[in-house]
Amino acid sequence: MTTPPTTTLDRVVVRFAGDSGDGMQLAGTQFTRTSALEGNDLATLPDFPAEIRAPAGTPEGVSSFQIQLASHEIFTPGDIADALVALNPAALTVNLSAVREGGLVIVNTDKFGKIDLEKARLSSNPLEDGSLETWRVIPAPISSLTLEAVEPFGLGRKHADRCKNFFALGVVYWLYGRPLDVTEAWITKKFKAPFDDANLAALRAGHAWAETSELFQDHYEVPKASLPTGTYRNLTGNMGIALGLAAAAITSKRTVFYGTYPITPASDILHALAPFKNFGVATFQAEDEIAAVCAAIGASYGGSIGVTGTSGPGLALKAEAIGLAVCTELPLIVVNVQRAGPSTGMPTKTEQADLLQTMYGRNGEAPLAVLAASRPSDCFEVALEAARLSLKYRTPVMVLSDGYIANGAEPWPVPDVTALPSIAVDNAPPRGPDDPPFLAYARDPETLARPWAVPGTPGLEHRIGGLEKDDGTGNVSYDPANHEKMSRLREEKIRRMQQDIPPTAVHGTADGVLVIGWGSTFGAIRTVVDQLLADGERVAHVHLRHINPFPADLGELLARYDKVLVPELNLGQLSRLLRAEYLVDAVSVSKIQGQPFKTTELKQRITALMG
Amino acid sequence: MTIQPPAYSKKDFMSDQIIRWCPGCGDYSILSQVQTVFAGLGIPKEQFAVISGIGCSSRFPYYMDTYGFHTIHGRAPTFATGLKATRPDLHVWVITGDGDGLSIGGNHFAHVLRRNVDVNVLLFNNRIYGLTKGQYSPTSEVGKRTKSTPMGSLDAPFEPLRFALGSGASCIMRSIDIFAPHLRAQVEAAHHHTGTVLLEIYQNCNIFNDGAFADFTDRKVRDERVLYLEDGQPLVWGKAARRGLVLDGLALKVVELGDEGGEDQVLRHDASNRMLAQLLVDMDPAAGFPVAIGTFFAEHRTPYDVAFQEQLAEATERLGAGDLQKLLNAGDIWSVS
Repeated sequence: MTTPPTTTLDRVVVRFAGDSGDGMQLAGTQFTRTSALEGNDLATLPDFPAEIRAPAGTPEGVSSFQIQLASHEIFTPGDIADALVALNPAALTVNLSAVREGGLVIVNTDKFGKIDLEKARLSSNPLEDGSLETWRVIPAPISSLTLEAVEPFGLGRKHADRCKNFFALGVVYWLYGRPLDVTEAWITKKFKAPFDDANLAALRAGHAWAETSELFQDHYEVPKASLPTGTYRNLTGNMGIALGLAAAAITSKRTVFYGTYPITPASDILHALAPFKNFGVATFQAEDEIAAVCAAIGASYGGSIGVTGTSGPGLALKAEAIGLAVCTELPLIVVNVQRAGPSTGMPTKTEQADLLQTMYGRNGEAPLAVLAASRPSDCFEVALEAARLSLKYRTPVMVLSDGYIANGAEPWPVPDVTALPSIAVDNAPPRGPDDPPFLAYARDPETLARPWAVPGTPGLEHRIGGLEKDDGTGNVSYDPANHEKMSRLREEKIRRMQQDIPPTAVHGTADGVLVIGWGSTFGAIRTVVDQLLADGERVAHVHLRHINPFPADLGELLARYDKVLVPELNLGQLSRLLRAEYLVDAVSVSKIQGQPFKTTELKQRITALMG
Repeated sequence: MTIQPPAYSKKDFMSDQIIRWCPGCGDYSILSQVQTVFAGLGIPKEQFAVISGIGCSSRFPYYMDTYGFHTIHGRAPTFATGLKATRPDLHVWVITGDGDGLSIGGNHFAHVLRRNVDVNVLLFNNRIYGLTKGQYSPTSEVGKRTKSTPMGSLDAPFEPLRFALGSGASCIMRSIDIFAPHLRAQVEAAHHHTGTVLLEIYQNCNIFNDGAFADFTDRKVRDERVLYLEDGQPLVWGKAARRGLVLDGLALKVVELGDEGGEDQVLRHDASNRMLAQLLVDMDPAAGFPVAIGTFFAEHRTPYDVAFQEQLAEATERLGAGDLQKLLNAGDIWSVS
């Protein structure tokens, strides 16, 4: 047996692909955990069909999981894979274009029979027709070797075949010099006998086969990254939102009431929050999107932090109720995990096309705060910030995430909770019969927030609702001047949040070209701008967390640059807001394919526009 | 020391707002009865929250000197659910109408009933859209001629109590705006039921659907047409209780009682009997049956809000108060030093 030489890589991108029932997400997640514990920086991107089980073996049923791991700081799951594991012909053909020329393609050769090819709608066998010549193909009889490996455990063919994701994982573990122990421990904990032993056997068999087959010319290692010191865990965006909301409950000393209706890709926030009951988090699965937000507003009215989570179509349904929260000036957090639209669109594909809906998608002048998370590890802070602003200013705050952030994962430096500031605010105090009449719309001079007068408080009985209020008393008012005053007050209240926004962080030069983005384009933009800076270009990156209000210094900052480019996964929504607000010639760099920017394509487009 | 219940009068529950319902509207009577009942319950008034949707009836909270929330069309039960689930200490009342509750809000109406949130829903049924000026409603009779249906409406109406029973309501009741003592008694009974109460109130809209209930509410005929349901009492009505309901196979039948007797055949009301409630709800006045008012059905079922709070308490008891640092550190963590 010849052990191939070990090549050291500073980064590698691996893609697992199979049928949606093949456990590719699981294999990818295990590879991620192991790599995280090995000390790599990493970013992941799952890509799965909306159908729970599309017909097996068809291109529609292909599920994949991509991970980039590196020995330095990285911001994206990688543009193009260095290695692909494909468990069937459909997985191979669907994912081949995501693999670089000369990349490794590990193919489950047991699944290339006539019927398999028919299911994949292939007229010839790609293993034989020369169409794979551009790649280094490793033929691996994964199914049959898995059956052989698990044979002693008497699982029956169907269950035995299900172990093949661990065989494939074992192959990849050997290829990149990863230890098996993390996954072994996980299998032992997760599965009952005999499935634990069978999966362990499959994993070890894959590893041993890779080592002994002599099909691999190389064997790689990716050394530890030098991340800032601290305790890390791997975090998806949806989990980050959930943890941020739990932290909001603790640091505000109030119940977080999460009212929601299941919708892709936001449902995992509910799944994450439901077990947090002992943290003061209550979850409510409502009958529909409207009931979900209305129940959250009802909870806020009673003194809890009402939160609702959804995706674009659900947000459309919630619009009227959010307007009511604007009008009644109650705290409310609305998390919108965006997906490709319009209408049902592409539920599992990412997009940033709800920004204008978020800003303006309500009847009347109904301003609210808009925050956007830039990456999975940003979600915790953004959710907590949303709660802080919503409580302090007594107004709805919208949090924008998207499918890419929600399901993607990366290492997150776990904060020290003793360092988290309190976000507690007081309810309006009770009143006696001799006190002056209670004014439900009296305002805090600094924040313009009205009193949070929760039912049950003696002496504060008052009526609120969606009819226009008289400033001060809160009584119904049709007075023309009052309506203008209230409209301007509601807008001013949002603008006042600028006093809570730190100066805008600029990454790069103080003049030249400014690339400004928001949301999940962070990683691609930062990577490109870093490359351009290394090339000696005068270029900078600003990434907005606060979109309404914009940071107070943004106008001045934009004016310092010769050119302003705005990459977005929509047809140019932030660029419109910037143009309208600052009369700046912001140039849209847009993509709307349900996929994130690849750094190579973004670099090309930015370079072309830099002139 | 015993805590004295607050001594309120009806006036303490009247807000300082000018009432803007049309003169002669049935809503005035309902408001008056509710204010009277609330004053007598011995509950501090800050513990009442009155939640409404949109429509004439939904202006109700503005006229009550309690906590009040005039929300959006059809959704009042959902706000009430979020409030009651998190604040079970409050007494939450929902005010809705036939359009608000059964048309735009039909979904939430069904769901609040099946969940059995401990709120009282007062459904003002005037069988017309008042605030939008006179279109037919989901409880209007087939053939109703209105501005929107000049040749008559085509759709069959909902029977609200049948809808409620089908949705799994734990308590359904009916009363009539101008039957003041009866209405007060039902409002008070609603307060005492634990779980969602649907109290349908026939309410005359004297502008757009005047006399919709006159067939049986008119003083001249009401004794002959209205059956007062009282638990344990015979189902009889009419002058000197000369008519009664008997079971004929699986259906109800009206019998004349008199010299020949027959009282022993007459059914007694049993509000715990769902099948009887169904038969009573289905009575068709056009086929000679009376219009029943009172409590049709009431059962005890753990309310949603109680179970909701129990889960929160149980989680804390089992797991202890949440340790945020532990939660953040859950799963695989690693240190970089």
